[in-house]
Amino acid sequence: MSVAAVKPYRFPAQDTRDKFPAPLLYIGWEDHLLFCAPHCLPLPPDMPFGALATNVLPGVYGYHPDFAKIDWTKVQWFKSSKPWQPDPAKSLADNGLKHKDVIRFRTPGLTGINGSFS
Amino acid sequence: MDTKVQKRKLGLKQRYAAMTRGLGWETTYQPMDRVFPYDKYEGIKIKDWDAWQDPFRLTMDAYWKYQGEKERKLYAVIDAFAQNNGQLGISDARYVNALKLFIQGVTPLEYCAHRGFAHAGRAFRGEGARVACQMQSVDELRHYQTETHAISQYNKYFNGMHHANHWFDRVWYLSVPKSFFEDAMTAGPFEFLTSVSFSFEYVLTNLLFVPFMSGAAYNGDMSTVTFGFSAQSDESRHMTLGIECIKFMLEQDAANVPIVQRWIDKWFWRGYRLLTLVAMMQDYMLPKRVMSWKEAWEMYAESNGGALFRDMARYGIREPKGWKDACEGKSHISHQAWNVFYNYNGAAPFHTWIPTDEEMAWLSEKYPESFDRYHRPRLEWLREQHKAGNRFYNQTLPMLCTTCQIPMFFTEPGDPTKICYRESDYQGDKYHFCSDHCKEIFDNEPEKFVQSWLPVHQIYQGHCFKPGTDPTKEGFNPLLAVLDYYELNVGRDNFDFEGSEDQKNFAAWRGQAV
Repeated sequence: MSVAAVKPYRFPAQDTRDKFPAPLLYIGWEDHLLFCAPHCLPLPPDMPFGALATNVLPGVYGYHPDFAKIDWTKVQWFKSSKPWQPDPAKSLADNGLKHKDVIRFRTPGLTGINGSFS
Repeated sequence: MDTKVQKRKLGLKQRYAAMTRGLGWETTYQPMDRVFPYDKYEGIKIKDWDAWQDPFRLTMDAYWKYQGEKERKLYAVIDAFAQNNGQLGISDARYVNALKLFIQGVTPLEYCAHRGFAHAGRAFRGEGARVACQMQSVDELRHYQTETHAISQYNKYFNGMHHANHWFDRVWYLSVPKSFFEDAMTAGPFEFLTSVSFSFEYVLTNLLFVPFMSGAAYNGDMSTVTFGFSAQSDESRHMTLGIECIKFMLEQDAANVPIVQRWIDKWFWRGYRLLTLVAMMQDYMLPKRVMSWKEAWEMYAESNGGALFRDMARYGIREPKGWKDACEGKSHISHQAWNVFYNYNGAAPFHTWIPTDEEMAWLSEKYPESFDRYHRPRLEWLREQHKAGNRFYNQTLPMLCTTCQIPMFFTEPGDPTKICYRESDYQGDKYHFCSDHCKEIFDNEPEKFVQSWLPVHQIYQGHCFKPGTDPTKEGFNPLLAVLDYYELNVGRDNFDFEGSEDQKNFAAWRGQAV
């Protein structure tokens, strides 16, 4: 389907890669809805994936008492809802992450405040 | 003195005909399709414009008279409210935050509706439809004004209301109502009527007005109650017009049915998403509660709306696609939405708080299947953190749905522990959605929604700082720079209710007044 219009309807997309200083990455932590929604972060494509856990996510999720308990070797990753195995030594780009990709991580055994998924 | 002339008085029907028919003409200098370029391109076929009937048969002369009378009564009450310091009679200063949400998020929509109906009225070649749109356009302008006046007394005493129009075009959560109306206003006139007159006014308006106005009454806010009464007769007229214009389209040509059905699917869902703010207001922001969102949904949507769509089956119209998911959401969305504003209260010009024990007991009773299991543990833990001086403020910007622009907090139908993620690929880019229905709206008109002005993305593109802001300067704080762009008074308009200026002032004034 497309827009019904009286003349050709063509307008530039608002959020293409060239408009941002770095590609956007969306990140969600499963079973921890204290953080009401996934987050949106502009991240340099050459950053190693492993730096997410050490440098980026502590600032985002460190408030939660479960965060300190995460065993990063057991974390399950998902990309666009499908199970996914990133290589922490490789960069975000080399792990195949592109502008506006969405990833999530599940931390088995950790289910939020008193098991409430928050 | 006038001499007495015997005038033959017209009956209602004749007067309606005289005032709404035969006012137009077939143009000759220009073809009609050039004079009215917008009432065919959407694909809606109209064979007989005269079949348009306003069930109220309201004409302009009667309209001015009724509205003038209502206006006089309303302003008498607003004046009395101001003179008697009515703002001191409300249940609790927390209540004012519901009014902040109203003046920030609802009142500007009245103005948008005024513009939309003025445009739709110009677009239709049938005079009956044009007159009806004209009156509704004036109604909406009147609502914008009377709401502003009714709430202005509060603006003198409380924070978070001083800049509502400025915020409407900038603040992150206000892009939700704003984008709703911009989508409607940039559609053709028939889709506009389906979106606003039918889906919003007819199917959903009771869920907006009744909770706000009875909430106002329960919480001692007579100024808003009076505005509500004054608007109510307009609203019932708008609702009737809404159902009438849908029937008109459906009866004119069978080819209109699938087009109208798609619009109903779209606009029911968009309206439902918008009402998330009302759900939250009802369950969390009224110190004296009227009924829960779930109860209101069951009464106004499930039973009334269910009957409506059964009635429309004879036209070949079924219930909107998102209906079942909307009904499923009734147990969750108010709690989840309150959590969003609790998370991001640093960037919102109204206050949030943790409900009292008594209020949590009420929530448990109203939501036996969800509150104690999923929401109470979080709220109690957050309360402890706040007491320990560690109040939670989410510091990282959220992911938004491309269509409804709400942070992606909605959960999978049937599983309130899992965020619902949907996505589409379009011209090499990914677009993300909170639900199947927001995704479908995008997939039907991707060219339109790739233009979404998503506040989070706009901040990252550097468009939400005041001119002259230098993000490369040492110690640059992007959040403060965005709040400066919003022109929000940091520490007065935002943050927790506990310890706010509103809370302190109200307690002091009440101490004096008692």
